[in-house]
Amino acid sequence: MGLASLGTISQFGELMKKHIFSLGHFRHLRWAAFAVVAYGFLFVGCKKKDSAGNPEEIVIGEFAALTGATASFGQSAHRGVRMAIDEANVGGGVLGKKLRLVTEDDQSKAGEAATVVRRMISREKPVAIIGEVASSRSLEAAPICQQNKIPMISPASTNPKVTETGDYIFRVCFIDPFQGAVLAKFMLQRGLTKAAILTDVKQDYAVGLADFFKDYFTKNGGTIVSEQSYSSGDKDFKAQLTSIRGTNPEAILVAGYYNEAGLIASQARELEIKVPLLGGDGWDSPSLVEVAGEAMEGNFFSNHFSAEDKSPAVQDFLAKYKAKYIETPDAMAALAYDATMLLLDAIKRAGTTESSALRDAIASTKGFAAVTGTITLDANRNATKSAVILQIQDGKFRFVETVAP
Amino acid sequence: MALAAGLAASVALYAIAPQLDDYAVNILVLAGINIILAVSLNLVNGHTGQFSLGHAGFMAAGAYTSSIITLSLAPTLASAPPWQAQTAFFGALLAGGLLAALCGFLVGVPSLRLRGDYLAIVTLGFGEIIRVVIQNTDALGGARGLEGIPPYTNLIWTFGIATVAIYVVASLVNSTYGRGFIAVRDDEIAAEAMGINTTKYKVAAFVIGAFFAGLAGGLYAHFISYIAPEGFNFLKSVDVVVMVILGGMGSTPGVAAAAVLLTLLNELLRDFEQYRMLVFALLLIVLMILRPQGLLGNFQRRKRKAPQP
Repeated sequence: MGLASLGTISQFGELMKKHIFSLGHFRHLRWAAFAVVAYGFLFVGCKKKDSAGNPEEIVIGEFAALTGATASFGQSAHRGVRMAIDEANVGGGVLGKKLRLVTEDDQSKAGEAATVVRRMISREKPVAIIGEVASSRSLEAAPICQQNKIPMISPASTNPKVTETGDYIFRVCFIDPFQGAVLAKFMLQRGLTKAAILTDVKQDYAVGLADFFKDYFTKNGGTIVSEQSYSSGDKDFKAQLTSIRGTNPEAILVAGYYNEAGLIASQARELEIKVPLLGGDGWDSPSLVEVAGEAMEGNFFSNHFSAEDKSPAVQDFLAKYKAKYIETPDAMAALAYDATMLLLDAIKRAGTTESSALRDAIASTKGFAAVTGTITLDANRNATKSAVILQIQDGKFRFVETVAP
Repeated sequence: MALAAGLAASVALYAIAPQLDDYAVNILVLAGINIILAVSLNLVNGHTGQFSLGHAGFMAAGAYTSSIITLSLAPTLASAPPWQAQTAFFGALLAGGLLAALCGFLVGVPSLRLRGDYLAIVTLGFGEIIRVVIQNTDALGGARGLEGIPPYTNLIWTFGIATVAIYVVASLVNSTYGRGFIAVRDDEIAAEAMGINTTKYKVAAFVIGAFFAGLAGGLYAHFISYIAPEGFNFLKSVDVVVMVILGGMGSTPGVAAAAVLLTLLNELLRDFEQYRMLVFALLLIVLMILRPQGLLGNFQRRKRKAPQP
């Protein structure tokens, strides 16, 4: 037995030598090296950090598109949130604790929002999360917040599906169906019954807005004479506009963002289309007038608030924002500020940051006086509030009227 | 052997998953998905030498097909036992992979006529076509995307499929049959003269590459739970091409390592905030200057040149 086993061992040794040193098996070593390196990296990258959780502070999470395609919205929203948090800290914090804001950039990229929100929840343990402006990225983050039972308040995602994700997801803006209806109602009130629609099919927001506008408009006696589409990034809209001109609409809904809306307005004037253009809150940017200049005059768009509003809440916010950032806030900044203030108000009312109590406090928000109107959250966790219609006059956004829900 | 070891490793990862936080699992899954994408693209770009820029399109085909299947089955699966849901998920993934493979076949056919830059443009166009078709199809959610996809993807699926992808590509290329891929890359005319059916090899590379990209897309969709056409644009294809070039064209361990490295780099640089992409780009430039052949590209070459005993 002894000899036999010795033989086997030496045979095994020979075999091992052959395996390890022969060229053919060298690649296994390489694979092993890869595996070791990869797992090493993964270990470094994934090691659990002990977030001790300072009991003297309350962590508020925020994810926004600070870089990338929609960075202008993300930066504005971030300023709004920052301002609300700084203000609260100057006033001694909330529940006697200082607030700490944790901000993550999702680069306006698909997939990133899910990653950064998971990172925030795992590492920083925020009591609630503010984000995102874009509905597509809110939809990525919402299931994660819901699963971890962390209240999420979106400042400006208007897609109805966002809050349908679950009972921990809220928003402080109105939703696309409402905005579509507001624009349709506004047209019908002015006796305009023939509309053309030009939609940015690349943007979920634009497609939603156009659909809901069409729905309300046709059900209430209006007719859609032409439906055309374009994609974000297009520069030439003459083909669509020429086709629209042939159908003689009384107004044209341009469902999309400000970049293309400006170009569309100038090209429409070149083609001698004299009817007004209408848009949604995606038009709200100083660049709208910079691109189109004169051609933008007389056009309308719906928005969350107007800087011309004389109410103290709005004027107070404007003054503070200008003092801090030396520029006029847009709707995203106002909405993000409101979302944060509403959250802080809910924490005060709940008297705790425990997730289910905080959720209930947010859900029971009633008549909260915010910059963008009085906010009451309904059973579907959406804000019921009014919209404003603005008109472009002399390069400024002039307040026309408030449309109640 | 290697296959079994890899599968065992995925099971082990799955077993330790409860001890990791969500973020760690998130990075691991993304790394796994990137490994599948990079290794499968490497078969086309690296081993066969056909420069393809349409990988995101195949990924989208797989993501949408599998999501549509699981979403339509969702009401019945919600009450079904977990093993049934997982089986259905696997079926949906396979269906996604097969549809992507079909797309790969469709791109592979025109690729018979084209080489180099021309082929790159065809694949780029094809990837965009898939995305634009989805964007304009209401049944697929259009620009608004599909939401509420059941989150079935876990570490065992991801790394199991990644292992299979690595195994299939590595052993395919090292097999007698697989030498054909390398022959097509090194010199297409000479390969043809030697009696190799270059057409068949090119199409095979596209079909297999697209199949795994489709699986990766399915895994991605069932991990993030929400997909929109914008997530599968040209830049996504470029991300994968970067992994392949960084890892070393034609080196399977190299591109797999690059996939993991780039995924992690993206996360480790988060503390740099706005400067992240700057640092990321700089690192890539430095790496490419120091090692133009890619991370492990040279290994492969040295091995081939080594005198056989």
